[in-house]
Amino acid sequence: MYKLFAIILLLGWSAAYAQTAEERGLEIAIEADKRDNGWQDQKSDMIMVLYNRQGQKSERKMHNRSLEIENDGDKTMIIFGHPRDVKGTAFLTYTHSIRPDDQWLYLPALKRIKRISSSNKSGPFMGSEYAYEDLASQEVDKYSYKYIRDDVYEGRKVFVVERYPAYEHSGYTKQIGYIDQEMYQPLKMVFFDRKSAKLKTLLFQDYRLHLNKYWRANKMRMENHQNGKSTDLVWSNIQFRNGYNEKDFNKNSLKQAR
Amino acid sequence: MYLFAAFNVSAYEWSGNAIIESRLFNHDPLQSIQSQNSLSLSFNPEFYTDWNNANQTLTIEPFVRWDEADKERSHFDFREFIFYSNHDDWEIKAGIGKVFWGVTESQHLVDIINQTDTIESLDGEEKLGQPMINYTSIQDWGNVDVFILPYFRTRIFPGIKGRLRTQAYVDNDNELYQSSKMNRHIDYAFRYSHTIDDWDFGLSHFYGTNREPEFSAGLDARGNPVLTPFYYLLRQTGIDVQLVRDDWLWKLEAVHKRSNGQKYNASTFGFEYTYVGILDTQADLGLISEYMYDSRDNLASSPFEDDALLAMRLSFNDTQSSEILFGLIIDLDKQEKLYTLEASTRLTDNWKLNVEARVFSNTQPTSLLSDLRKDDHLQIELQYYF
Repeated sequence: MYKLFAIILLLGWSAAYAQTAEERGLEIAIEADKRDNGWQDQKSDMIMVLYNRQGQKSERKMHNRSLEIENDGDKTMIIFGHPRDVKGTAFLTYTHSIRPDDQWLYLPALKRIKRISSSNKSGPFMGSEYAYEDLASQEVDKYSYKYIRDDVYEGRKVFVVERYPAYEHSGYTKQIGYIDQEMYQPLKMVFFDRKSAKLKTLLFQDYRLHLNKYWRANKMRMENHQNGKSTDLVWSNIQFRNGYNEKDFNKNSLKQAR
Repeated sequence: MYLFAAFNVSAYEWSGNAIIESRLFNHDPLQSIQSQNSLSLSFNPEFYTDWNNANQTLTIEPFVRWDEADKERSHFDFREFIFYSNHDDWEIKAGIGKVFWGVTESQHLVDIINQTDTIESLDGEEKLGQPMINYTSIQDWGNVDVFILPYFRTRIFPGIKGRLRTQAYVDNDNELYQSSKMNRHIDYAFRYSHTIDDWDFGLSHFYGTNREPEFSAGLDARGNPVLTPFYYLLRQTGIDVQLVRDDWLWKLEAVHKRSNGQKYNASTFGFEYTYVGILDTQADLGLISEYMYDSRDNLASSPFEDDALLAMRLSFNDTQSSEILFGLIIDLDKQEKLYTLEASTRLTDNWKLNVEARVFSNTQPTSLLSDLRKDDHLQIELQYYF
């Protein structure tokens, strides 16, 4: 009798705490977000190498700055340095989780700051294989999640988690992430287009630990399976806690961005 | 000692561009003295240096053009020669600078600080450097700009041999002023601007020499008809508002002007709609439509008194950043039409190709556009960046 009761209790207990795949997926995303909290601000240099189908390459160089915002998406600024005709052109983005991002473009030749329609999520960034949404700050609420399985990817234990964009105008129906179980950072991400066909694979390489807490990939490689093109992103001079404040991400600051 | 340490230059850089330009005209000019096809060269380097963690900067940007046909178009200017200093919640700029205000595409009504470099380009987007002191206060409730503008730059018009001019050419050397201080009248301007969610807006006020002259007709020493520019003082209050909603940008600019005993209003409003990834390609299609109004009607010094702009911008989003902008400005009253085409593509990392074409169609004898009826042209530019 007591034994039966204990079994019933145990069953009830585990049923109440059995997670759905969706809950487990969300839990992993929240944990990843939590571990990446508190970095305050960051700057880096970035080289983007675009390869066409024939393997011919062209390069873009830019500087990035970002500011962590409590309870909202990050503020980021991207300033172009190369090719020379876009030198000084700068993008300012206030990322939000569900509400559309606020975005401005600065055109140095005209000294003009232009508001940009933020529904351009799926368009290519600077002719590359990265869409704007691939480079935007990753907020938990931007997706719904589903845990698929534990696996091993290139010798490392990973969670395989699917996520589905919850924001409007995404070019994707689904992304499959291979999340490293130690770092809680993606090693690989596979993108599926609006017709649910496999579109792109993003590989995260050369992770480095900063401030003893924050993992950043020094290289990302995006391969497009449908057009045969690819784009490498290589970071250098990553520096945290530069003392940036909101004023450094004011619209006005675009005019002095270098 | 401290002063020396503070002025210790920590970084400097050179960049800029040079252009070879060819203008090809479709017709013989209205007056035989005007040039045919012509070649032109421009050089626009920029020197930049900063110190004290880029909180102080100096930018020097000269511009020089040599034009085969029109000696008035051959000119030199400092687009910028300006010192900038950044502080906690304020900034100051002093020197020769360039400022842009506004949101619309067809014309730039509120944008009043800099004189338009009309001989560079008809679209009003090229500007002469303006001597200024500019204080900016940056607050949570918005940005406030105060300008003191101690020296006025006159607008330069094409010379007697140039194309794209009024039939009576403009005398660039003998302009007249309402103010006894002439071009040394000290102008003031103020602007408040802010962003709240989807809204960007600005409120501005200007008092000083009107950037746009009025003309009196006469004859020059050789008996050619000539226009003499007259610069009145102007009080202008302006607003510019932009709302972003999904794929739509809604835009409004409006000004109230008081000058030479007259009061008048002008405005531009419209939208820009962007279709991302048209026909399942990487290209974006932008549709722009704006209406231009001037209460002076046909007496307006601008040809845009009751006009509409319809434009289409195709951005290919390719590695060459190729773009085509096709526009039509139509006078709703007189049915005059101005067609424009602007296209550009990057040829290599350093070279860019720009093509512009303008066609003046159905011009009416009494209108400002009528003098340009033989000036349909194609302009090809090869631009080198360094």
